[in-house]
Amino acid sequence: MSVTAIGAPAVPVASALVRPPQSPARLVVGRFCARPAAVAGLFVVVVFFAVAVLAPLIAPYDPVATSWTLIRKAPSWAHWMGTDENGRDVLSRVIVGSQASLMAGVLSVSIAAGIGVPVGLLAGFAGGKTDAVIGRLVDAMLACPFLILAIALAAFLGPSLENAMIAIGITAAPVFMRISRGATMDAATNEYVEAARALGNPPWRVALRHVLPNIVPPILVQATLAIAGAIIAEASLSFLGLGQQPPAPSWGSMLNSAQRFLTQAPWLAIFPGAAIFLAVLSFNLVGDGLRDALDPKRR
Amino acid sequence: MKGNLGTRLMQVLPTLLLVSMLVFGLQQLMPGDPALVLAGEEHDPAVIAQIRTELWLDRPLPVQYLHWIGNVLHGDLGYSWRIREPVAQLVAEKLPVTMQLAFMAFIIAVCIGVPMGVLSAVKRNSFWDYFANGVGLAGLSTPNFWLGIMLILLVSVHLGWLPPSGYVSLFVDWRQSLATTIMPAFVLGNAIAAVLMRHTRSAMLTALDQDFVRTARAKGLKEYRVVLRHALRNALVPVVTLGALELGTLLSGAVLTEQVFSIPGFGKLIVDAVFNRDYPVVQGVVLVTATMYVALNLLADVLYVVINPRMRTA
Repeated sequence: MSVTAIGAPAVPVASALVRPPQSPARLVVGRFCARPAAVAGLFVVVVFFAVAVLAPLIAPYDPVATSWTLIRKAPSWAHWMGTDENGRDVLSRVIVGSQASLMAGVLSVSIAAGIGVPVGLLAGFAGGKTDAVIGRLVDAMLACPFLILAIALAAFLGPSLENAMIAIGITAAPVFMRISRGATMDAATNEYVEAARALGNPPWRVALRHVLPNIVPPILVQATLAIAGAIIAEASLSFLGLGQQPPAPSWGSMLNSAQRFLTQAPWLAIFPGAAIFLAVLSFNLVGDGLRDALDPKRR
Repeated sequence: MKGNLGTRLMQVLPTLLLVSMLVFGLQQLMPGDPALVLAGEEHDPAVIAQIRTELWLDRPLPVQYLHWIGNVLHGDLGYSWRIREPVAQLVAEKLPVTMQLAFMAFIIAVCIGVPMGVLSAVKRNSFWDYFANGVGLAGLSTPNFWLGIMLILLVSVHLGWLPPSGYVSLFVDWRQSLATTIMPAFVLGNAIAAVLMRHTRSAMLTALDQDFVRTARAKGLKEYRVVLRHALRNALVPVVTLGALELGTLLSGAVLTEQVFSIPGFGKLIVDAVFNRDYPVVQGVVLVTATMYVALNLLADVLYVVINPRMRTA
């Protein structure tokens, strides 16, 4: 259909009045980019990852090299963040420590999602007794306060960064189970799932090919926010001596040793803590931005 | 209402049973033989065998569990391997300290979080809204042990206003008790305040959009009365129940806060037990916190029904 004005060329009504439809991914990116705080958070997250990957190249000094003459020197041009109780450069330790924190954040959330999403998918899709049993198990795990369960697990597994990541991953899994279960139950009522079933697809294929791709958005948001929580949890476990072991640097263990020199060398506590705060804040900003971009009604 | 509570109570029992299995299962993760750990330097097989018999370690796992849960149901959480005192007694000694801290933290969180949430909702999309949201996000992103260290540095070391560590019981000297606990309580309340702020804002925005608020405004009531007497009263319903659910956050936070401020509470008990490899204490603390959390969850459900009359007929 077209409209022809006197002396004017024919213009299709549809193309004149209706904007071409945007792809859902482009819509989400557009909404995310409209939030300056989320974009700033993403920028800082990218900077942190770049620092962690390039740490061996950009750290000005060896993070574990001690020096008798440089014990507890205040920040200066030679050592921007000062030196610690063993004469080690704090900036180098903060830079290399980012590897432990970000690795713990990403790997423990991968463990949590790796356990939680399949189990949540199974509970939501199978329903009935399977759902009831998994539901009670999730309730039981959620009843144990996050950090207390992580401490107990790390204690029984033994203190190390790897065990801390496993402990955080297992402890964070129930939240992924609950979110995946809810999203699966919601997605399973859609007509395209009914159609896939009616076509004779086996249940596992319906779950993996038709339901799973549709529950990704809420899981993605939870994963981003969970990384922030996991970074704090890793720092907490390292602060208590249950995570990264000395002399390898970690922001949490640096804060632990800084406590003993609070009056003589406050910079030892300020910089690693500020790094944790900035990393966690950035992931929280990205998570909030993603949530609003994927579900604008929540705003 | 009674029917609902009965159903809820029936759901709690299997959850508690699973919690007990989870806590018991923790011990199975321990590398090596617990009897050898307990024996220490003692390598006499007779002593190790005696320890195994005393702790029922020579029986099958289900029998060990039934023996353990039977004792737990009689209030016996076992003996501390290190201090040689009943775990239940240790928990009873330390719990009041953490409860005082948690109670003060909750009051501080409500005093900061609720007014900020109200302000943020009433002044939506203004400077105050962005400011409150920014403070809330910063509160959620600050590790409480770092905040504690920074406060000690500022308030105790530089200003000399409060003691940096230690604890005095409320029953010994209430002034000194408040002086030693106000800073850790603030640190602990900080993250809860941020959560409360977000929930209060969300609940207030919903309430301010309701017909009864429009009616109150149409009657010519002053805005502060509309906000405080009509909107806030309804918005507080989910906020009150949320408070009970935040106990887990408070207890998790207390572990680190007590460590930073050297407070001899529940959190310090579990950390010390972890380093002394005193596993019965670790198990006991996890079991007690999980049971308290489940009980408070139930209390939150009851409170919700009591506060919200519409739920009574549901």
